Amino acid sequence: MSKTSGSSASGTTPKMKGDKVKVFYGEKQALQDVDLEIKPNEVTALIGPSGCGKSTFLRCLNRMNDVIDICRVEGKITLDNEDIYSSDLDPVQLRARVGMVFQKPNPFPKSIYDNIAYGPRIHGTASSKAEIDEIVETSLTKAGLWEEVKDRLMEPGTGLSGGQQQRLCIARAIAVNPEVILMDEPCSALDPIATAKIEELIDELRENFTIVIVTHSMQQAARVSQRTAFFHLGELVEVGDTEQIFTNPTDSRTQGYITGRFG
Amino acid sequence: MNSFFLLLVVIGLSVAGYAAGRARSVLAASGDVRILHSLPSYYGMFVALGCGLPAILLLALWLIIQPQIVEHMVMAGLDPSIMPQNADEYSLMLTDIRNLASGNAVSREASPAIMAAMERYQSLQSVGFWTMGAAVVCIALLGLVWARSQVSRSFRARNVVENIIRVLLIVCSMIAILTTVGIVLSLIFESLRFFARVPFFEFLFGIHWSPQTAIRAEQVGASGSFGAVPLFAGTMLITLIAMLVAGPIGLLSAIYMAEYANPKFRAIAKPMLEILAGIPTVVYGFFAALTVAPLIRGWGESIGLDVASESALAAGVVMGIMIIPFVSSLSDDVINSVPQSLRDGSYGLGATKSETIRHVIIPAALPGIVGAFLLAVSRAIGETMIVVMAAGLAANLTANPLEAVTTVTVQIVTLLVGDQEFDSAKTLAAFALGLVLFFVTLGLNVIALRVVRKYREKYD
Repeated sequence: MSKTSGSSASGTTPKMKGDKVKVFYGEKQALQDVDLEIKPNEVTALIGPSGCGKSTFLRCLNRMNDVIDICRVEGKITLDNEDIYSSDLDPVQLRARVGMVFQKPNPFPKSIYDNIAYGPRIHGTASSKAEIDEIVETSLTKAGLWEEVKDRLMEPGTGLSGGQQQRLCIARAIAVNPEVILMDEPCSALDPIATAKIEELIDELRENFTIVIVTHSMQQAARVSQRTAFFHLGELVEVGDTEQIFTNPTDSRTQGYITGRFG
Repeated sequence: MNSFFLLLVVIGLSVAGYAAGRARSVLAASGDVRILHSLPSYYGMFVALGCGLPAILLLALWLIIQPQIVEHMVMAGLDPSIMPQNADEYSLMLTDIRNLASGNAVSREASPAIMAAMERYQSLQSVGFWTMGAAVVCIALLGLVWARSQVSRSFRARNVVENIIRVLLIVCSMIAILTTVGIVLSLIFESLRFFARVPFFEFLFGIHWSPQTAIRAEQVGASGSFGAVPLFAGTMLITLIAMLVAGPIGLLSAIYMAEYANPKFRAIAKPMLEILAGIPTVVYGFFAALTVAPLIRGWGESIGLDVASESALAAGVVMGIMIIPFVSSLSDDVINSVPQSLRDGSYGLGATKSETIRHVIIPAALPGIVGAFLLAVSRAIGETMIVVMAAGLAANLTANPLEAVTTVTVQIVTLLVGDQEFDSAKTLAAFALGLVLFFVTLGLNVIALRVVRKYREKYD
């Protein structure tokens, strides 16, 4: 799981790239020909009204859609120019490189420590207790949770508050040391203060990780992201620098959505 | 003409009362039912209940009380020459009179005095019956007329009917509860009689079980011993073998059903597995005794082991097969109720399916699975038919699954089968064993249900 050199070679080489991505749930087409580049060490926000396909696209990026029987993906998605849907790539390895944080905090019913240690243990990246201890501490520190929980690492993760649980889930994702972190509306179940903490955290994480975030809040997209992609009815309408999308959108549908005329 | 016919008459009157009440309410509303407090059917129901309920209650009471009054009158009016001297004679004579009246065989020559008593009995019976019929029909009619007179626009028939129905439901549930309490009390009282003969600690901790008591004092072998430890040990051994079979198979099949099987396979396999639970235990019993036990003995002999023809192993294995559906069906439910978000979280970290199951799903479902196991254990402990047929009767205190052992339930059956007197220590021992069994399974069920409930609360 070493980081490939491509990510730091130049700021413009995409970390991940979708090429004519189509997704079907049974007969119904959920995404049509999405071409999207995700640049390294940036936060890319996917916005759009409910049911527009932004979460579907996000779940394609680490093949979480494989879990759904009736879901079928066409087109090509690459991670560092490797096709992630090719048969020689194991989705389990892919997910170690492309981590995910979900809408609702979902800590495992284990201690805080074991929640973080889960990934390193199953991937065998840390063998000794000391190594795992270190990973737990650095992950929790990066997620801004260490100071709050360092004295109760052995207490169940489910006993934390909602915002702390979500930061625990982020720490859990970081502990595997992924290259990309996908976040599916990570703040929608949280109050404004917890949301602010997570947003701050996302901005810090950008230094080490590439982040793709789905959000319903346009303010959030504007605050945390460098690039924004607007989805509508299963189509990628427009993608560009966040500032440009929010101040000077080229498509009238984007304009309509960000000014609140629909959605 | 009998009381069943009378019941039909009362029901017929109630139906008529329903129609009358309904019609009268429509009349009271002068055709516009919206101005009534309740729907017309509630008025009908009110009149029907007013007619039927008191009449049926009276009928039931009468049927309980009348025989006692009649019998008392007959016996009090007996010819003094044959007046019985003690309680036994009294009840014997009463039985004779009753049998004579209904034309059954009797234990003595029918003397004129007895015949007179019999005729008196018959005439009192028939007088009683006709009085009862008249009274019941009268009450029914009175109830009907009174209830019908209550019907008016503002009468709250719905509330009254709902209340009556509520009371009826309470009565029904009380019957179930009181029956349980009654059974437990009878177990306790009979057990107390047993412990008056055999010391409590000798029963619980004695290691020799030989429930022989003399019927006559001078009989040989008059001393029995009632140490129940071999029975408990046998029960535990068979339960352990059963759980060793049912636990892994049930749990692993539940995991397959819940996590791996595609919906089509699941739709077929799950009902098939549950059919196992519907097979009568006596069928399992002869499967164990006629197929599995000889098979095990055959294998044992071929590798030079001495296996009893009725072995704990055979009974335990078959019982294990019987309780597989309990374990698998309950475990399947708890595994399914582990939230999908936990699976997603684990997959999202790059865990494989089996890692997710081992490290996330099973720990999350563990309390529920433990509950399922405890319920299965309590089922295995109380199971009777398989062990009666396949485990044997010898109360051996052994941990060797190839020997015959006996269980608490088997001993209860053998103690009570056949002609027994109901006040010897031998038969009373069955109640003491039943009491122990009851408390053990009750305890297991309470713990299991608590565990399962606690688990449900966590994720709902």
